[in-house]
Amino acid sequence: MLFALVGLFPLLYTGYLSVHDWDKLYRERGEFTGLENFEFVLADPIFRKAMVNTFSIFVMSSVPQVVLAVSIAALLDNRLRAATFWRMSVLLPFAVAPAAAALIFGSLFADQSGLINAILREVGLEPIRWHVDRLWSHVAISSMVNWRWTGYNTLIFLAAMQAVPRDLYESAALDGAGRLRQFWSITLPMIRPTMIFVIVTSTIGGLQIFTEPRLFDDSISREGGADHQYMTLALYIYDRGIVDGFYGRASAAAWVLFLVIVGIALLNFALTRYVTRRTS
Amino acid sequence: MRNSTSRPVRRSLAGAAVGVLVIALTAACGGDSDPKESAEQEELAEGEAVTLTTFGEFGYDALIDQWNEEHPDIQVEQTKVSKWDDWKAEITTSIQAGGEGLPDIVAVEGDYMPAIVAAPDVWVDLAQPEVEGRWLEFKETDATSADGQLLGYATDAGPEAICYRADLFEAAGLPTDREEVAARMGTWDDYFALGEEFKKNSDAHFYDASGSIAQAMLNQVEYPFEQEDNSVDVTSEELANVWETVTSHTDLGSKAVQWSPDWTAGFKDPGIATIACPGWMRNNIKENTGDPAPDGVVWDIADVFPGGGGNWGGSYLSIPKTSTHQTEAMEFITWITAPEQQAAVFELTGNFPSQVEALESETVLTATDEYFNGAPAGEIFSNRAAAITVQPHHGPLYSDILQKFQDAINRVDQGTSPDDSWATFEQDVASLQ
Repeated sequence: MLFALVGLFPLLYTGYLSVHDWDKLYRERGEFTGLENFEFVLADPIFRKAMVNTFSIFVMSSVPQVVLAVSIAALLDNRLRAATFWRMSVLLPFAVAPAAAALIFGSLFADQSGLINAILREVGLEPIRWHVDRLWSHVAISSMVNWRWTGYNTLIFLAAMQAVPRDLYESAALDGAGRLRQFWSITLPMIRPTMIFVIVTSTIGGLQIFTEPRLFDDSISREGGADHQYMTLALYIYDRGIVDGFYGRASAAAWVLFLVIVGIALLNFALTRYVTRRTS
Repeated sequence: MRNSTSRPVRRSLAGAAVGVLVIALTAACGGDSDPKESAEQEELAEGEAVTLTTFGEFGYDALIDQWNEEHPDIQVEQTKVSKWDDWKAEITTSIQAGGEGLPDIVAVEGDYMPAIVAAPDVWVDLAQPEVEGRWLEFKETDATSADGQLLGYATDAGPEAICYRADLFEAAGLPTDREEVAARMGTWDDYFALGEEFKKNSDAHFYDASGSIAQAMLNQVEYPFEQEDNSVDVTSEELANVWETVTSHTDLGSKAVQWSPDWTAGFKDPGIATIACPGWMRNNIKENTGDPAPDGVVWDIADVFPGGGGNWGGSYLSIPKTSTHQTEAMEFITWITAPEQQAAVFELTGNFPSQVEALESETVLTATDEYFNGAPAGEIFSNRAAAITVQPHHGPLYSDILQKFQDAINRVDQGTSPDDSWATFEQDVASLQ
């Protein structure tokens, strides 16, 4: 029932909107237009650019994030002094409001007056144009995402690791397995379901990324940079729908994004199963 | 008895529930609340207030306190949004949702007025004998729909002068006196030539941003982006001229996007020597440079605008038909946009009046601005208002296309070739239609 209300209905209604024209002035649904909106979106060079950006930012955020989170969790899983303190502190960035974080990162990554560029200049390097160069803007945005989500994922991994029976490690140690070997052969296979969960959720989150690029943006129309260098698919949908008033096109783009996410999530699921099975 | 309902029955129940839900929600999103229908009018209940949302700084705080004290039966409550762009997005979303969530009074930026005028059915007609002939003609024309409805009361106007840093001019060996400076900026060619001269002897930026110079020049073009019939046309010679002039002088500006953190920081270091300066811009200059001014910084205002007069901005107050207190809201906006209140706002924030009577008032005409080296601001901006001869035609897409145009200029600042950037601009404009 809940799924029908918050999941199925918006999905169907978006589908319904995507095959209709949209009256921009009065912001009302117009004529049935078939697949016209989909044709527009798929032929739109800006949409393709947004697609590439989304994947680039997704890869730069999700991959290091999961690797880092698993590593930190493995460290926290050891006997530590003040364990709770360390565990809580990894979660701290997650508790900071994204808008506040954007403010901090905004002043770090400002092109002319930013802290990072000031340091680069100090050590004699060329300042980086964070808001201009496509790749660097993706790096800056990914770093905001990683900063926020790594700790969150760490805690999920940690919870899963704590549930691994300790005697497994003891017998492995007796068999002469080192720390790394234990990690590869016991920890990873044992936390496989959690691994799949985290990878699937961070795939969805990564492909839907919106807040960070939107807040990072300092261009006038805020469509992911003056040259759409860091416009993501979610931003594309927002701009076409809410800002420009083309709900049909935005809905069509939303459906395309939905299908892409399902595809990638399935692919990830298969890959993760394959990898974790092989190591077990 | 939890499991007494058999499975198939439960499934069809769930199916029916989903069906009802979908129909109900479709109705809710589609037709129930029509923003074109005037809402039922209600009395203001105890503790209820007429709501008003403004953006940036309208300078209304003290005036609203005064009004609330004098009108215990019509209390007004103001919400401030810091950026116009955010507020614009919110207005747009609210109208999409059938006008849900809009306040009784909506403040809109002048550039957005054409979009309102093009869809007049959502807004209350504000024409009444009391306000006839109250505003500068172009302000009123901009808010009047094709069938003669007045859809917004103008709060202020933005006649442009040039604000400049006398200390930076002096350091670069240029004249510093208001009148001498004005004499060197009669045309855009003069202005850019002066900039080249300035740049030879100074590390400061000659102007704040390519985008704001472009906007200043656009304000003198009769048909910037749309023809008289509102069809989009970005191929005019005048527009090409603005584009070429601005993109060939990018080194004179800061290359930062207007209103971005880098733009704000540029006022302090390395400094901005001149800026296209509508009355309200003085507030931004003060805030960004520091008030009181840092040692040695001397801002001044020259009574000139390159290429003739120009108007930049100035907002409106409008009432959406979804408002349940239209009479009260109208009473309030009639008062707050009256000459005395506009003069008070001018004194407070420098927002320049948009009405004939306020323009001629003694308070306005004799006002000086201490921060700007004691310049006779009232007189200067009145002269600038009188110098405005061209009123650009703004169609419903004006504010959207302007944003894309600003992005296009910015791309050139960032190193994209003007031709490539223009091609992207054309794509962007195409996606707006």
